[in-house]
Amino acid sequence: MEAAAGRCRVPLPAWWGVLFAVLAAGSCQGNSVERKIYIPLNKTAPCVRLLNATHQIGCQSSISGDTGVIHVVEKEEDLNWVLADGPHPPYMILLDGNLFNRRVMQQLKGTSRVSGLAVAVAQLSPPQGFSPGLKCPNDGFGVYSKDYGPQFAHCNKTVWNPVGSGLSYEDFDFPIFLLEDANETQVIKQCYQDHNVPRDGSGPEYPLCAMQLFSHMHAVTSTVTCMRRSSLQSTFSINPEVVCDPLLDYNVWSTLHPINSSGKVDPEKEVIIVATRIDSHSFFWNIAPGAESAVSSFVTHLAAAEALHKVSDVHLLQRNIMFTFFQGETFDYIGSSRMVYDMEKDKFPLRLDNIYSFVELNQVALRNDSILWMHTDPVSRMNKTVEAQVRNLLDILSDSSMGARVTLQEAGYSQPLPPSSFQRFLRARHIPGVVLTDHRTAFQNRYYQSMYDTPENIGMQYPEGLSPEETLEYVTDTAKSLAEVATVVARALYRLAGGANNTSAIQADPKTVTRMLYGFLIKMNNSWFQSIIKPDIKGILGDVPQHYVAVSSPVNTTYLVQYVLANLTGTVVNLTKEECLNPEKTPSSEKEMYEYAWVQGSLDPNSTSRVPYCVRSTVHLSKALSPAFELRQWGSTEYSTWTESRWKEIRARIFLVASKELEIITLVVGIAILVFSLLATYFINAKADVLFSIPRDPGAVAY
Amino acid sequence: MTLAIFFGCTFIAFGPALGLFLFTIARDPLRIIIFIAGAFFWLVSLLLSSLIWFIAIKASDPRDEPLQKGLLIFGVMFSVLLQEAFRFLYYKLLRKAIEGLVALSEDGCSPISIQQMAYVAGVGFGFMSGAFSMINLLADALGPGTVGIHGDSQLYFLTSAFMTMVLIFLHTFWGILFFHGCEHRRWWEITAVIVMHLAVSGSTFCNPLYMGSLVPSYLLMATAATWAYLLSGGSAQNLQRFLLCKSCSVMGTGDPAGSSGYLDQCWGGKRVSQGLE
Repeated sequence: MEAAAGRCRVPLPAWWGVLFAVLAAGSCQGNSVERKIYIPLNKTAPCVRLLNATHQIGCQSSISGDTGVIHVVEKEEDLNWVLADGPHPPYMILLDGNLFNRRVMQQLKGTSRVSGLAVAVAQLSPPQGFSPGLKCPNDGFGVYSKDYGPQFAHCNKTVWNPVGSGLSYEDFDFPIFLLEDANETQVIKQCYQDHNVPRDGSGPEYPLCAMQLFSHMHAVTSTVTCMRRSSLQSTFSINPEVVCDPLLDYNVWSTLHPINSSGKVDPEKEVIIVATRIDSHSFFWNIAPGAESAVSSFVTHLAAAEALHKVSDVHLLQRNIMFTFFQGETFDYIGSSRMVYDMEKDKFPLRLDNIYSFVELNQVALRNDSILWMHTDPVSRMNKTVEAQVRNLLDILSDSSMGARVTLQEAGYSQPLPPSSFQRFLRARHIPGVVLTDHRTAFQNRYYQSMYDTPENIGMQYPEGLSPEETLEYVTDTAKSLAEVATVVARALYRLAGGANNTSAIQADPKTVTRMLYGFLIKMNNSWFQSIIKPDIKGILGDVPQHYVAVSSPVNTTYLVQYVLANLTGTVVNLTKEECLNPEKTPSSEKEMYEYAWVQGSLDPNSTSRVPYCVRSTVHLSKALSPAFELRQWGSTEYSTWTESRWKEIRARIFLVASKELEIITLVVGIAILVFSLLATYFINAKADVLFSIPRDPGAVAY
Repeated sequence: MTLAIFFGCTFIAFGPALGLFLFTIARDPLRIIIFIAGAFFWLVSLLLSSLIWFIAIKASDPRDEPLQKGLLIFGVMFSVLLQEAFRFLYYKLLRKAIEGLVALSEDGCSPISIQQMAYVAGVGFGFMSGAFSMINLLADALGPGTVGIHGDSQLYFLTSAFMTMVLIFLHTFWGILFFHGCEHRRWWEITAVIVMHLAVSGSTFCNPLYMGSLVPSYLLMATAATWAYLLSGGSAQNLQRFLLCKSCSVMGTGDPAGSSGYLDQCWGGKRVSQGLE
């Protein structure tokens, strides 16, 4: 018979189908067996890898995640179990937030018994201060170097951030995550209590509670390496695998008198630049509340801009004022170095010649006795003309503080400039300028660039029981004090710009300041922000506010600063939606001088629809990408070269692990059963005729 | 190293089935076809029963725990009955197939007997049932974790593998019993198969008390094995001869005719000539 003589043909596609089904079944998220095994940790923030011209900083995990037995470290003695005594290395440490300091981290860095770290955020900020930033921020990219003011370079004279441990700038080879939710931390501690606690002096028994962290970063070594690899991929590959992205965003700038943003301003026209930074950083990715380091200063700046625009004789002022908000200043002055570069290369409407003076606001919320310090650069003041201009500037500022509850004092010749965007402008030209801060020598901010730089750090307190709307409108003491500073700055700017009238009418509005503080620090999704943005970007108002510069642009902070500035300094014009979105079609719109934005407006009190309108303002965005990337000088020491690595997935989960003995026993039993069944089947088949004979019963015929 | 658990559980669950397939089914293309068709029939029965269960779940309140448990029990019982119904349908199909094969053959004998078909169909059903029980567990066994963080037993993978193995064997034996019962119109054999299947499926509700489900299942498997062996032409003497006479080289087909002098008949796909004058 042909059928019986045929060879065994196992249908191959069927077996591949089964294998595929195995793999596909396992990759289904949330299938019930997976839910029996793993508890995912959803509210976490990773530490990612950043690179500059010569180094990599941050954390890295292996490509399939790092697993370790959980050990809870609440006091320093608990570390001994991890470092020496524990019988089941490697360990995954759950660290109490108060122990997250340099000494502990150095111990963990040096051992191979640690496979990862999860930090539980401390409920109260550590009272002694905590700053993972450098002691000397942005050193080497400011104006002081061995050629210019060497006695001030590298913080020789003043250590600006003495609390700084430099943790953010270390390189760790294990993943570090922040556990933001106290409930998840409790779940992990409960699992640890149930399974991992040593009993009676001996080690804990299997099964043990373990954690796995995934945060594999693609970029290595330095920006030079990763950009070279990315550009090779982009040039030669059909499906390029870029490994890192430069940190970039947009600077926001606006002028008091409108200027032609695509043309050039006359060299005779003088402009006063007011500057603040709008970004911050912390050890963990996308956690950067930056209350004192960034928000306080740019909110004051916005309030001063609003106060100035309300002055009646603004158009008569002799000099123009440019309100500039720089992004990326935390990472070696990305925004300001780019603007200086554009000004030098004539890609910006203004040139360095146009700058009459420079006023910068840096960290103004934590004033002692309401004193605001005026810092100047002692080296440039050795030139007589510059000294005269700086003197004039300082006098105008002091005069403007008369009658206000803010006292302005000079920091003096012995002090260099603190880290500020003004330093980048000084590198190019000796412009007279001043930096206003609340500290004379070291920062008052003990949580500089950390996750603890929260509204509580600047003393924002709200009474209990307020609804979100009421909280938005409630004027805190912080808001009042920042409004004072804004008033002084606005009056000084008016005088500097040549205004002759009495300045007592110029007042910053504390109500605006408190709304901005609420929106940028507590809840972005409030009714005021909702009413001033474009309808198609209302999705950005979702998350907890934070101000990291990131690699996709513009970030929420930039958008919001742009729209808040437009709302505070622009005018409502009577254009329809089509005219507003296409202003070049309208003859009188003067498109080059102004920007038009169609904003969604506030909610009608008793309905769900909004009344949108058109806002005309002089607010523009300018690209804030370090010139090093434009010039493709990835190893530059002159411009910022910070990049952020790319990654595929970042997640964390906990589960139980079984002992090795159980696994080996399962494997051995399996192999034994397989071998035995193969042998038994072979023999039964070979002797089938012995085992199965024809039944003798004539009725039961086998056919 | 939970690759060890993955391979261990795979071998435990599918080792015997692999042996059966390799040595008894893989050589003959006809048997392979019957095996795959049997697997397909089981799959269709599962599809229909899961459709019914899914509709029942969606139509009910997800927070009502006793109702959900009751629906699960109902679903399992309904699925058992549907599987047996499909086994019956497959039997009918195979009967028709035999008539066709007889018509096509040269010597009026079907190349495969209904008993062999019963066995292969049973293996097909069992293999697909085991695959559906075990494959998603095996995929999760590859990861670093093991079951237990919510308080379930640690032996989950191991007991599931043993349960799958016993289920594959049980389906094989039930196939033989069921077809024999249909063939000889013995309804009590069919009923016994259905009752055994319901008992095994019902015992799994004792989990995680694994003694309550594994022990009865293995006992039932031993019973079904003995019964199927006796129905297939086995006897205690044959077993004794097999076990004791393992070194005897009894080659060929032996003496199928025995001493009773049958006329021409088919045995194992070949027409056997008369044994006696």
